[in-house]
Amino acid sequence: MKQHRKNRIYVILFIGISILISIFLVFSALQENINLFYSPTDLQNNPPMSDKSIRAGGLVKENSLLRNKDSLKINFEITDLKNTVSVTYEGLLPDLFKENKGVVATGYFYASTNEFVAYEILAKHDENYVPKEVKKALE
Amino acid sequence: MNKLLDAIKVFYHKLGSYPWFYSISSKLLPIASILAFLFFVIGIIWGIFYSPSDAIQGDIYRIIYMHVPAASVAQSIYFALAIAGFVYVVWKMKMAGLFIKAMAPIGASFTLLALVSGAIWGQPTWGTWWVWDARLTSTLVLLLFYLAIIGLYSSFDNKKSADQAVSILAMVGAINLPIIKKSVDWWNTLHQPSSIRVFEESTISSEMLFPLLVCILAFYLIVFVFGLMAMRAEIATREMNKDWFKKIVINND
Repeated sequence: MKQHRKNRIYVILFIGISILISIFLVFSALQENINLFYSPTDLQNNPPMSDKSIRAGGLVKENSLLRNKDSLKINFEITDLKNTVSVTYEGLLPDLFKENKGVVATGYFYASTNEFVAYEILAKHDENYVPKEVKKALE
Repeated sequence: MNKLLDAIKVFYHKLGSYPWFYSISSKLLPIASILAFLFFVIGIIWGIFYSPSDAIQGDIYRIIYMHVPAASVAQSIYFALAIAGFVYVVWKMKMAGLFIKAMAPIGASFTLLALVSGAIWGQPTWGTWWVWDARLTSTLVLLLFYLAIIGLYSSFDNKKSADQAVSILAMVGAINLPIIKKSVDWWNTLHQPSSIRVFEESTISSEMLFPLLVCILAFYLIVFVFGLMAMRAEIATREMNKDWFKKIVINND
């Protein structure tokens, strides 16, 4: 290979590695902000200010879902299998919202009572796709 | 081994030649078009009418047969652009610059398709069209890189400087590709991790996976066909006053 071509490759490599390092540094500095939501453990260890709107995510704990009979109010717990946080919400729910399924709630966290008041609920889908008939047969 | 290397070298030099590419692509196009059409029709009909409903999402999940192939080709095209950028900057192969110019709009279109189909899928399932999670945001950045390449190219009058500039931009943007790929593993996202695994069992059942693989193959074939067409068009614009090109046009008439 001709020398000037080799030199070009070295320059590209040098610039590429510098960009890689700078991106890595930026991402490690922003780590917390890139995450879409706090897990219940994050909330416990580093409770955010209660006047700041944040997202909490995890699984809807089994048998924790309570629906109010006369309104759209619901209560449930989000768990990451280590810690839980209890959530209140009033409004419509996405179709995929279910116990034992992933959820991301947006709202305010009150560390003193370990309570999360949500104003938006998003359902999280996992990576599993199973035909209806197979699922029925398994149950 | 040396013979193989020589063969690669010869192929590389042929690839750099506009007349050779123009004639070989006119032979490849009809076959590739038929294959792309067949696989697309089979994959989409199989996916929409003959694959089972999902236990959780019902029939909404069928948008996967558009969304995943579109997202896959969107990232692969960018990877190819970055390699072409490297080849252009180091070896000044003009075909590599032409490749970037021709493929960028195709990549942008498929990225847009992935974003739009994802939004349409997200609304009924997640409950929102859009969130600023790492996967969605990095895919939007991919679209912006494509648009930047298209815009940067058109801002130059001189084709050589245009090729040089977009080659560098294409290489810089490649850093985004591993971020898109690993975003769902590195950070908390609303988007789920991928279901198709290469080294272990996929988490999508095989009755749904096979039509999906056919659709993915179909999208790659479509990109191949569109790519050949776009490159031929770009060769025609760059070479229309050259003798070899005039000869082809006259012979065809």
